[in-house]
Amino acid sequence: MATATTDIPLPGTRRQTSGVLGKASYVWWFFRRYPVFPIFILSVLVIASVIGPYVAPYPRDIGWLGDRHLPPFTTSPHVEEARENGINTGFHLLGTDHIGRDTFTRILHGARISMMVVAVSLGIGFTVGTTLGIVSGYFGGWIDEIITRAVDIWFALPFLLVALIMTLIFGRGLNILMIVLALISWTAFVRILRSQALILREMDYVAASRIAGAGSIRIMLKHILPGLLNTAIVVATLNVGGLILAEATLSFVGAGIQPPTPAWGVMVASGRDYLQDAWWQIVMPGSSIFLVVISLNFLGDWLRDRLDPRLRQVD
Amino acid sequence: MRGVWKGIHMGTFLLRRLFSSLISVFGATIVVFTLIQMHNDPRELFVPDTGYGITQAQWDNLGTKLGFDRPVVVQYLVWIGRAVRGDFGVSLAQQRPVTTIIKGKIGATIQLAVGGWIFAVLLGVPTGVIAAVYRGGIWDYVARGAAIIGIGAPAFVTGLILIIIFSTKLNWLPAGTRGLEFDVRDYILPCVALGWPAAAGLMRLTRSSMLEVLDSEFVKLARAKGVPWRTVVFKHALRNAIIAPLTSMLLLFSGWLNGALVIETVFSWPGIGFEALFTAVNDNDFPLLLGTVFIFILIFLVFAFIADLLYTIVDPRVRLSGFKGTA
Repeated sequence: MATATTDIPLPGTRRQTSGVLGKASYVWWFFRRYPVFPIFILSVLVIASVIGPYVAPYPRDIGWLGDRHLPPFTTSPHVEEARENGINTGFHLLGTDHIGRDTFTRILHGARISMMVVAVSLGIGFTVGTTLGIVSGYFGGWIDEIITRAVDIWFALPFLLVALIMTLIFGRGLNILMIVLALISWTAFVRILRSQALILREMDYVAASRIAGAGSIRIMLKHILPGLLNTAIVVATLNVGGLILAEATLSFVGAGIQPPTPAWGVMVASGRDYLQDAWWQIVMPGSSIFLVVISLNFLGDWLRDRLDPRLRQVD
Repeated sequence: MRGVWKGIHMGTFLLRRLFSSLISVFGATIVVFTLIQMHNDPRELFVPDTGYGITQAQWDNLGTKLGFDRPVVVQYLVWIGRAVRGDFGVSLAQQRPVTTIIKGKIGATIQLAVGGWIFAVLLGVPTGVIAAVYRGGIWDYVARGAAIIGIGAPAFVTGLILIIIFSTKLNWLPAGTRGLEFDVRDYILPCVALGWPAAAGLMRLTRSSMLEVLDSEFVKLARAKGVPWRTVVFKHALRNAIIAPLTSMLLLFSGWLNGALVIETVFSWPGIGFEALFTAVNDNDFPLLLGTVFIFILIFLVFAFIADLLYTIVDPRVRLSGFKGTA
């Protein structure tokens, strides 16, 4: 019977490589040691979001109605007919949706939207959360009390509900969605960075710089922030997956991005009406979300083990 | 003497926790109350879209009836005072007491939540143990693979794919909506979709804490003494490793609410999330909305509090570090 023994090579060790089997085992070792697969998926995502809309084979919002619900890997039977009407159609890698739009094209556009939403909301969440975390941990006292209390309250609110109410008040759209997601993301930063700042402010070098006459703002920026930047990056990476899920969920429920803009959540939502005829309409955008979130999780875990192993306890 | 101090310390800790939970309830309801105030006047719900509007006198009367003539702070205090006594007012759109509406809908949500919970626990904990015991083996990979799907795939996608496979293709299970009579088959797909991510989390947690315990000195000692492997796993290791998953199980319920809302939408489930909350948001039916939010937050905090309590009893170390059990 197997016992708990580790078969993952320790960091820094190198396998003896000889022959085909040795090569294969080295490749396997390399794949387990470095996040090759996540980095590959995420690079594809980033590249797709930058150049995707320019290389996409077909128009985003217009399709030839005769092509509705074409399964993946099919060529449209109506190429000539559609061209006469000024619509470009042909081979559809991931099939088409209920009005004949190319799924692959829409997923490429969706990648850009996801990236944009996540980048902006994470940027806001990162800045606000890190600032509040440092301030809260550094000053302590009633400032700390207020900030942690606010985080606790915010944590008790079901986020989907807040998002629904907010979209109701301020209208649906991209900007509101980004703000809602930023509101979700900041708490994690405060929670974790506050405790780090609490430790760092007791350090001797902080005391030394205070004796040398540095002000609070200077100490926070020059001495505390660099000390917890690693942690902040890890928290950010682990957060992105959650944000993408949240964005997709909100768009699915109808509180996020509105059709015909092809966010992945929107695509799944519209595919829901055609479960019987067109499974690819749900599976394709769904697996895009899945792959990206999983890659981010793996990358986050790896970064955490690399940059800040203490955080392992937190999660 | 030490025992007495320990008791007092524990008491103050729990009192502080209770106090901060109460603050959270008030804070959260204030946030929602303010948000709703920022929205357009709920009285517009009563203005018919076509034909005649309502006169200014009627409008004002309605305002007095709903308490809009008073300052917002007073409105909030009146509302919270009633809410504490279990009276959430009357729904604007349905003209029925909010308590009645919530009572009628919450049963389906609780059934869904409990079903998902049972699935998560029954799947998550045993697979976690198996994956830890056979670390690096085929079952470890199978379990971790299933966990990856649970963590990465959004619940609505899992739910829809389950419907595609088991309802439309294989035609084994109904695609949603609970029938009037109890039928286990109605519950399988929604509960699996809701419970899967949680099962994945539980499995990872059980696995890692099991591995930690299996690696410890006393397990090695037990093995060296010649205790059978089966006894070591179940009696020595599992008992010590179960603490973290146990508290996490309780916390599941508190994190359930977002998930339940989505799953109820996917499966057209007649629960509080879909029926009450969704319509309340769309109608701007603020008594109903506030009532549901209040109940949700209460459930969340009660379970978070119980988990904290359990944690402090089971593992005294967390008391000193001021652990917040709302992970």
